Amino acid sequence: MNLDPKIPSGPLESKWSTYLRDVKLVSPNNKRKYKIIVVGTGLAGASAAASLAELGYNVLTFCIQDSARRAHSIAAQGGINAAKNYQNDGDSVWRLFYDTIKGGDYRSREANVYRLAENSNHIIDQAVAQGVPFGREYGGLLDNRSFGGAQVSRTFYSRGQTGQQLLLGAYQAMMKEVHSGKIQDFPRQEMLDLVIIDGKARGIITRNLVTGEIQKWEADAVVLCTGGYGNVFYLSTNAKNSNATAAWRCHKRGAVFANPCFVQIHPTCIPVSGDYQSKLTLMSESLRNDGRVWVPRNKGDKRPPNEIPEDERYYYLEERYPSFGNLVPRDVASRSAKLVTDEGLGVGETGLAVYLDFRDAIKRDSREVIEAKYGNLFDMYQNITDENPYEIPMRIFPAVHYTMGGLWVDYDLMSNIPGLFVAGEANYSDHGANRLGASALMQGLSDGYFIIPYTIGDYFAREKLEKISTGHEAFSEAADSVSKLLDKLLVIKGDKTIIEFHRELGKIMWDKVGISRSKEGLESAIVEIRKLRDEFWQNVRVPGDKNYYNKYLEFAFRVADYFELAELMAIDALDRNESCGCHLRDEYQTAEGEAIRNDKDYAFVSAYEFLGVNGKLETKLHKESLNFEFVELKQRSYK
Amino acid sequence: MSDMTINLKIWRQKNTNDSGHFEDYILAGVNEHMSFLEMLDVLNEKLIKEGNDPVEFDYDCREGICGSCNMVINGKAHGPKHKTAACQLHMRTYSDGDTIVIEPPRAGAFPVIKDLVVDRTALDRIIEAGGYISVKTGAAPEANLIPVEQDVSNQAFDYATCIGCGACVAACPNSSASLFTASKLSHLNRLPQGRPERSKRTIAMVEQMEKEGFGDCSNYAECEAVCPVGISISSIAEMRREYMKAIF
Repeated sequence: MNLDPKIPSGPLESKWSTYLRDVKLVSPNNKRKYKIIVVGTGLAGASAAASLAELGYNVLTFCIQDSARRAHSIAAQGGINAAKNYQNDGDSVWRLFYDTIKGGDYRSREANVYRLAENSNHIIDQAVAQGVPFGREYGGLLDNRSFGGAQVSRTFYSRGQTGQQLLLGAYQAMMKEVHSGKIQDFPRQEMLDLVIIDGKARGIITRNLVTGEIQKWEADAVVLCTGGYGNVFYLSTNAKNSNATAAWRCHKRGAVFANPCFVQIHPTCIPVSGDYQSKLTLMSESLRNDGRVWVPRNKGDKRPPNEIPEDERYYYLEERYPSFGNLVPRDVASRSAKLVTDEGLGVGETGLAVYLDFRDAIKRDSREVIEAKYGNLFDMYQNITDENPYEIPMRIFPAVHYTMGGLWVDYDLMSNIPGLFVAGEANYSDHGANRLGASALMQGLSDGYFIIPYTIGDYFAREKLEKISTGHEAFSEAADSVSKLLDKLLVIKGDKTIIEFHRELGKIMWDKVGISRSKEGLESAIVEIRKLRDEFWQNVRVPGDKNYYNKYLEFAFRVADYFELAELMAIDALDRNESCGCHLRDEYQTAEGEAIRNDKDYAFVSAYEFLGVNGKLETKLHKESLNFEFVELKQRSYK
Repeated sequence: MSDMTINLKIWRQKNTNDSGHFEDYILAGVNEHMSFLEMLDVLNEKLIKEGNDPVEFDYDCREGICGSCNMVINGKAHGPKHKTAACQLHMRTYSDGDTIVIEPPRAGAFPVIKDLVVDRTALDRIIEAGGYISVKTGAAPEANLIPVEQDVSNQAFDYATCIGCGACVAACPNSSASLFTASKLSHLNRLPQGRPERSKRTIAMVEQMEKEGFGDCSNYAECEAVCPVGISISSIAEMRREYMKAIF
């Protein structure tokens, strides 16, 4: 298999402009002859759909929620990065590029990341023009805040609801095109298979979640914007319906899956409270601007936090990383939290938590200032834990948050299946082994507003696409296989519920494929996943039937796919004999717990081809080597 | 606190055409730290194990921002806590032995799909009618070219924060979507970027609301009382003023 990233030649600064100069165009009266399917309506999907429709293409959008506006991008709190340098603190496109590629621990493509940094400024312009109410200064100009992994202030925000406001901007742009007739919007439809004809992506199979009907949709290209796979872990900050099925179905149809083991564990989430827990809630990273992270210096110190004197508090991030302090990147913050709790210094009932304390910030800036910045986050915390964070330090702990891995794409954001484009969190592209805060929104919108609309035209202009219809046998084959799988799940009628299986799978993943991983742990995880998967297919109980609204049937289908993806994640983690970004292998770290990267042997994107599942997942590893022409690979240091 | 036993009275309806009825359940072992929806998860696990159909309800983010959940709890949309979506409600609000009645938001424009799940696409069609600023991708000027007063921007945010759950409709004796519609108008109409289209937008959205079968506003203010993000009904006054200005 030839995984050619198709990166334009020339200097880094002019690769994208060269691409745009040479890109093939489709004339306006030909655009209306093309039909494009966009699956998922988060930031990437909604922005792509709106932009493609504005250009004159016919667009069909699909989402699993009851409205396109509810995609999980909506829950992003803290902000979106851009290299505007409004703060005059030395920011530039280069610096945003450099921070992002360094933050990703040099496991992403230089050309893609540079383009992302270039597009960042256009995104802010676009969002402001759409009416996104960003935070502003007294003079009426845009304000910025700081985020982890950067020494400049470049994050734009809408209080603690930046994702919501950006998504509503993109959703409204999309609804404008529904009004114009260029978009047909299909909510409550789940993509369950990809249809390939003559080697090209030509349609999808969906299940209408209201009627249960299996439906066939044909198109000239498919844009997959279905988010990440954090819910493999059962507990994560993802929405309950976020899932990997659409991406995994594409993988089973031949799309290679890249860097599956790169999972971001977000350092500041509300800790688990009991086994009934259904999800974890994130507390925005922006809180680390003013909150100080600490644990008691002495093991077994059970005093209430406010009674622990200053010299008995271990501000471990400030002590270990004096130049970045509490604003170290997410992977470093999560790993440090694990280290101190492993040493027995954790707090709270379970000992699996650390403090995030605003006492000093309130003393310095007043309660009003802190409330204006973070009021809604503090309310959210109090509502969940029943504790007042203005008076008692927050208790936080890392939780699964984002997946850097995803379907492999080239510079055009096209997978190895011609006509299948992948955008946003669903693709592997810009974040390497670790994503910096406030860059997911940036990437989703860069892909959707400013990349896909050009690259898809280039594809149409180059490829001759035969006329097809859903009468083609490839559609009936795919639809039949989906129906059979649904039936297979329904007839088992076993003793264990879907959630019980999913929770068990999540525990294996968290314990052995989570914050830290070891050869031994990963090998046993693979055995356990296979065993549990076999049991799932023997003993799962799926209620009801397939011909009506049945959320548990939806879950069963998704969990069946997680069981295969989970094995791939463990296989990839086992193969990568180094520590980089969020991937920490116990065998490859310094005495102080810092990651040891192996650039000589592992500066590549792992890209897996699906061969089959037969008791075990059969897979073939391909490698796209990462060539660094413009930056020097360094050991990351935030000290 | 030890575990609670809760009596549940839940609306069950097979599909849109079914007439529907309340069914009683007794759920033991409810922990005070559980969220309200986790309590329903536990009930569903029990129902599935007993071979019964689980209760269907809409949810996604479970942190009060996606607007998926919108059930009516003891007669109140999203339940008893002010500015709290149903998914953010915790069982510590209740006591051992309490009876909780759960039903879908009821409005002619929100047909029931199953149990507590309703069709709210009417709200999307109101946005579709004009709830946007017509700017094409790539056509935007530099972001700081037009300063926006901080107060104006903050007020715009206060209206833009609407999560589109439809609780305002469920709470309104007229089943009006005025708060939903007005919040979008107050967000976009007050920003300099949204001004050129304000009259056209106001007429289009107000008329679409009517077309969808939502009632009109008679100033009950029930909507503001149940709104999980605290949208103010002053937006409705603004909407009326804008509408009157726009049609003459």
